[in-house]
Amino acid sequence: MEPNAFMYLTVSAFMFVIGVVGVLTRRNGIVVFMCVELMLNAVNLSLITFSKMHAVAAAAGGTAADVNPAAGSMMVFFVMCVAAAEAVVGLAIVIAIFRNKLHIDINDVNILKW
Amino acid sequence: MTFDSAFQIVFFWFFAILGIAGGIGLITQKNPVMAALSLILNFFSIAGLYLSLQAEFIAVIQVLVYAGAIMVLFLFVIMLLKLQNEQNQQFDVMKGLAFLLGLAFLGELLLVMNSFMGKSVTGGFAMGKVEPIGMQMMTNYLFPFEMISVVLLAALIGAIVIAKKHTY
Amino acid sequence: MNNTILSLIVLLPLAGATLIGLTGFLNKQFRHMEKLIGIIATAAVAVPFFIILSAFLHFSSGHDGHHDAIKFSIIPWIESAGLKIGFSYHLDQLSLLMGMIVTGIGSLIHIYSIGYMHHDKGFYKFFLYLNLFIFSMLNLILGDNLAVLFLGWEGVGVCSYLLIGFWYEDMEKAKAAQKAFVANRIGDFAMIGAMFMIFGQVQSLSFADINASAGSFGDSAFWITLLLFIAATGKSAQIPLYVWLPDAMAGPTPVSALIHAATMVTSGIYLIARMHPIFSVPAAEPVLMVIACVAALTAIVAALIAVAQNDIKKVLAYSTVSQLGFMFMALGAGAYTTAIFHVMTHAFFKACLFLGSGSVIHAMDHMHTVKDPQDIRTMGGLQKYMPHTSKTFWISTLAIAGCFPLSGFFSKDEILANTFFSGFDHGSIYFAVWFVGTITAVLTAFYMTRVTYLTFNGKERFPHTSHPHESSPFMTIPLWILGILAAVGGFLGLNQAMFGHDSHILNHTWFHGLINNRDLEHTMHEHISLEWGLIILAFIISYGMVYFTYNFYKKYDIEGEIKVKKLFGKMYRPMENKFYVDEFYEKTILKPFVWAGENIVVWFDKNIIDGIVNGSASVTAAIGDVIRRMQTGYVTHYALVISIGVVILLGYLLLG
Repeated sequence: MEPNAFMYLTVSAFMFVIGVVGVLTRRNGIVVFMCVELMLNAVNLSLITFSKMHAVAAAAGGTAADVNPAAGSMMVFFVMCVAAAEAVVGLAIVIAIFRNKLHIDINDVNILKW
Repeated sequence: MTFDSAFQIVFFWFFAILGIAGGIGLITQKNPVMAALSLILNFFSIAGLYLSLQAEFIAVIQVLVYAGAIMVLFLFVIMLLKLQNEQNQQFDVMKGLAFLLGLAFLGELLLVMNSFMGKSVTGGFAMGKVEPIGMQMMTNYLFPFEMISVVLLAALIGAIVIAKKHTY
Repeated sequence: MNNTILSLIVLLPLAGATLIGLTGFLNKQFRHMEKLIGIIATAAVAVPFFIILSAFLHFSSGHDGHHDAIKFSIIPWIESAGLKIGFSYHLDQLSLLMGMIVTGIGSLIHIYSIGYMHHDKGFYKFFLYLNLFIFSMLNLILGDNLAVLFLGWEGVGVCSYLLIGFWYEDMEKAKAAQKAFVANRIGDFAMIGAMFMIFGQVQSLSFADINASAGSFGDSAFWITLLLFIAATGKSAQIPLYVWLPDAMAGPTPVSALIHAATMVTSGIYLIARMHPIFSVPAAEPVLMVIACVAALTAIVAALIAVAQNDIKKVLAYSTVSQLGFMFMALGAGAYTTAIFHVMTHAFFKACLFLGSGSVIHAMDHMHTVKDPQDIRTMGGLQKYMPHTSKTFWISTLAIAGCFPLSGFFSKDEILANTFFSGFDHGSIYFAVWFVGTITAVLTAFYMTRVTYLTFNGKERFPHTSHPHESSPFMTIPLWILGILAAVGGFLGLNQAMFGHDSHILNHTWFHGLINNRDLEHTMHEHISLEWGLIILAFIISYGMVYFTYNFYKKYDIEGEIKVKKLFGKMYRPMENKFYVDEFYEKTILKPFVWAGENIVVWFDKNIIDGIVNGSASVTAAIGDVIRRMQTGYVTHYALVISIGVVILLGYLLLG
């Protein structure tokens, strides 16, 4: 069966929901971060899928000039950059927490409250 | 290069299953190193899916940047911090709630995605090659491109400031 | 003349004020360049005077009997649907006349002030305020709509405040300034009310529209005119708001001459003359009667107080209140042009008197041997030392007393004749007003002769270690110009019974077609013998009273005061103490206000207002105490809440 947009998007949705569940259930700070990365990647996949989908539809409809086929790739590129920046800062925070508490169990880090 | 549709079918199913398996591995492995390795598996699969969508450039940097650089950084930190496995494995309210919530979310997402049922993503386009992306980056997206370098610089400095030992 | 040159009339005084103010503020050296400041400030007023003068010459050479107002505008001000107000001005007969008085006398007083304010450390500020005052006053009298008039109305109030309190280090003077400001505020409140009512009626604030539709006002004309009159009582010092004017003498004497005698205090008369079509509708008839009665009462009360004052400026101040009362009597009789005529003649002789008193005070002060340089009891015999001041002062005294053929005779006689003949057709109350006015005229002749004699004639009562000097030409030249004007100013409105119908230039040529007085000509013709009787009475009163008073004080000198005291008997002490009006106001208005402020308002503030403020704070704190428990500090909890939110929102969008 030839894969269509729905199938790619379903895979993306699965990965995203796995990421959400991971963020909610895991207690290790680094793993929570990795789950966030997974969510970002799920979104990236859907972006590429939409980009391809629109390019194909435009080519079939004869309006290819109106669509920028590289737009999805550009978007993903920027998401990756931001994700990289976020990972760097996040890991720095994890290290800082670890230096203070000698663990990174997020259920034990609750000083940011009343 | 044109894609054979049979080739795409194989690619899709193989990497879809591998990716979801990697994702599940990420949230089920108690050992953080194993979780990270599962995520790398997932990232590789996503790179494969990009390839099947003819987004070659993105597929390449997915491997280089994500699976390579970022995940190496994660592993590095995990090793550095000598983390133990997570304790307390019994089923708690939070996990049940998260699972139900995830199911509801997934259902909703699929309901949304349903409108894209049957939309073709097959066909040869030079959409993901380095050349058009490079052109775009230096023309239409020049300003965001420059800005993202500022973001990266800020993150770099921020990370150093946060993580360094406070010797004062 | 084009718009640009005409705009200079209004803009030059503003430019002068700005230039002097900014340069003086930034450059300390400039503050001592008195000649330069004086020239700039005087030019900023004199040039507008000549522009108005040439407009006047151009104007009067126009078509016979009928004139169109010269209009000019500077910039739009408020423009919204249904309301268009601009800084637009008009020069018609009324505003030309007032404009010439303001800028003409203004220029003379500027010149005089160069001499008078010599070596004062606030020299540049004084001229800044004076120019600002002229700017505001020109807005008041040239503006072609009520909004611009009101702007000027408030502007002159501010300048008056600044100039009364010019020597603000003295607490008494600062208080006098505040008193003037607050009393004026009450009148301004009425003015705003009148403006709202007028706008509600005609949907416009321009005088042309208002006066054109005055006939359709109906009963609301009563309230509008009453409010306008209350506004006028504030600015023009009538009962019950006149109390600020005598205290306003705390300011420098040129200010008293310019603002508190010649120009600003007459703006109430200008206002009513400008809006006279509303006052002429039948519904406003009772208001005219009220104006006449209040005016008569003000005139006699102020005259009685003036008799018993020893401060030369206080006498002149109460005399001003009294003369303003005369002007309002004319307005009350519907003789608007007569009121304007008296505004003009009064501006000449009262400005001259004030400047003369300034010259005297200046001389007395420079002797450094008298305690109070304004007390006439320490003066006497100054004629010998100050010939110019003395001569001009005597001319003006005879003019204000109403001696033929000086200006005061014509205007005052016309006022009294108009009130008298109004009695035939418009209610016999006007006879009473006339009677009170005549008594006031007698008193005026008496107290003015008294103050002048005691100042310039008789024995010298100041210590003889040194003697006073005549003031510099800066001060005497304006005195002579004003003195001559005070003498001849009356020829613009010669008596009709004596010189024929057309001899009254103001009524029959100048204001013809613009201001319509209540028609009394018919009644006057019917009782022509009575009018001659009034003229003869005026002769007797003025000359007789001046002659009697002069000889009386010649005989007794300062001891004559004791006889005067005996003559008035028990009345004298209240007169000396200004009928205790200030004390009465303090007891009935000020005290209750202060009491209410200290008790009711403070209680309300402490319990209700503070209660609301503190209460809202503690309620917020209590709610926060409960709600903050939601912030557990666990990242997972926040993530969970966000996820639930996303699921709910997405579900809502899908279902909706």
